Amino acid sequence: MIPGLGALTQDTLWCFSQLKGTVEIGATEADIISTVEFNHTGELLATGDKGGRVVIFQREQESKNQVHRRGEYNVYSTFQSHEPEFDYLKSLEIEEKINKIRWLPQQNAAYFLLSTNDKTVKLWKVSERDKRPEGYNLKDEEGRLRDPATITTLRVPVLRPMDLMVEATPRRVFANAHTYHINSISVNSDYETYMSADDLRINLWNFEITNQSFNIVDIKPANMEELTEVITAAEFHPHHCNTFVYSSSKGTIRLCDMRASALCDRHTKFFEEPEDPSNRSFFSEIISSISDVKFSHSGRCIMTRDYLTVKVWDLNMENRPVETYQVHDYLRSKLCSLYENDCIFDKFECVWNGSDSVIMTGSYNNFFRMFDRNTKRDVTLEASRENSKPRAILKPRKVCVGGKRRKDEISVDSLDFSKKILHTAWHPSENIIAVAATNNLYIFQDKVN
Amino acid sequence: MDRATHCPGPSMSQKQEEENPTEETGEEKQDTQEKEGVLPEKAEEAKLKAKYPSLGQKPGGSDFLMKRLQKGQKYFDSGDYNMAKAKMKNKQLPSAGPDKNLVTGDHIPTPQDLPQRKSSLVTSKLAGGQVE
Repeated sequence: MIPGLGALTQDTLWCFSQLKGTVEIGATEADIISTVEFNHTGELLATGDKGGRVVIFQREQESKNQVHRRGEYNVYSTFQSHEPEFDYLKSLEIEEKINKIRWLPQQNAAYFLLSTNDKTVKLWKVSERDKRPEGYNLKDEEGRLRDPATITTLRVPVLRPMDLMVEATPRRVFANAHTYHINSISVNSDYETYMSADDLRINLWNFEITNQSFNIVDIKPANMEELTEVITAAEFHPHHCNTFVYSSSKGTIRLCDMRASALCDRHTKFFEEPEDPSNRSFFSEIISSISDVKFSHSGRCIMTRDYLTVKVWDLNMENRPVETYQVHDYLRSKLCSLYENDCIFDKFECVWNGSDSVIMTGSYNNFFRMFDRNTKRDVTLEASRENSKPRAILKPRKVCVGGKRRKDEISVDSLDFSKKILHTAWHPSENIIAVAATNNLYIFQDKVN
Repeated sequence: MDRATHCPGPSMSQKQEEENPTEETGEEKQDTQEKEGVLPEKAEEAKLKAKYPSLGQKPGGSDFLMKRLQKGQKYFDSGDYNMAKAKMKNKQLPSAGPDKNLVTGDHIPTPQDLPQRKSSLVTSKLAGGQVE
């Protein structure tokens, strides 16, 4: 099978490719991966962690000798993006955890990405240096200043090759624009602006200007006691630079058009699925809270993730989703304990494949799920060290709900809720996925015959 | 509960579920429970209310949101802190409990108790070479 935009047919088999991170059980909290993102070509893969660090992997050029081994991802650059801060005025601890990374499309030899923690967005430039100037007049080779009296001739410094060095420099720091915690950033298709969203507000930035931003959504009530919902995620439309969506903790999505007004408090479209009031329970609102919203590559649909399901919405139909997929409905009978251990508040992300035919999201016990929108088939796979032999085919997993458990099934009560897959990424054009399992990063590829 | 009048919610009536064996067993379980007149969600809610009778009437309302908005709040009184530093020479103050981050009541934070807010000077282990 030629690697490419594959539908999840019977023929698609996923294989282990690489595993990054350490084996040790006592991994520090700083190592927990908090975001994963491929760049627009899939050449680079970035991860952010709780310790505020970014690691970028680059895909190696495929060699003709090893046709059966597609390009592997190796470390390209790593840097400390954010550091812990303390806001003394508000007695607020500001975590250095990287909430999101978003790549800018490549426009020259350098790579640019946005990374954000709870309060500050930074634009990083990652560039290569493989030459350096040698033969300065005023400095010697070690950089020490030469005594001007000893300089009798002038020479022109020349560029000489050196070992490849990859440098990351912060080019812009967009600070002090968010009172609440930033949950999303999204680069606009105009490549000139981007937005950052916190619990109650969304700001529009120009990449060149760091001391100002436009507030485009503000849902803060005049009286905070009247607060009923918060913004949970936001994203720009992939092609229409005037359109964006944001999701809420009440399970609704609003689509806004920036041409309509400067402050987009009034939505253009409002997506909500009606709920049977007799079904309502204490947990209803919590599990309906949308943890992620993503436009399809085509721009015709959006996908939302709430605690138990993934839904696909057609932008032209506001009253209900066109598709609903159960991620782990068996957890419905565990909601009490999931509330007690706070797992019910876990924020799972969801991703589209390059052709928008398959969607993927994570679950517990290091399981992740894929749903083929065309064939309606779905599969549960596991990111585990046991299945980490090169090119080992991943075996589908099954959770047993009822009484009789088959040999290779796992019962709901045996699931490890501390092993959660919240962040995954899908290569923009190939069947390569990156799955973050706590402090480890797994890379899987489809089987090449 | 009469299934015929039951409005489609996220967990019901989607054709996709028929393909998925896990969903079938889930639905079966829901069927039996429905016959007993209780949805799994409602049963879980009853369990929770039994454990925490004082749980608010508002279903998942503002309390969560306010807590979410206030994440990161740490309280620190420099006056108390300096007093404690001075007194420490004379007597033992009650030390921090198992949860050092919880600074409340009698406990006055001392320099040892404040969490170390050092940035990660160590390189990420992801960058430390692959494990294959």
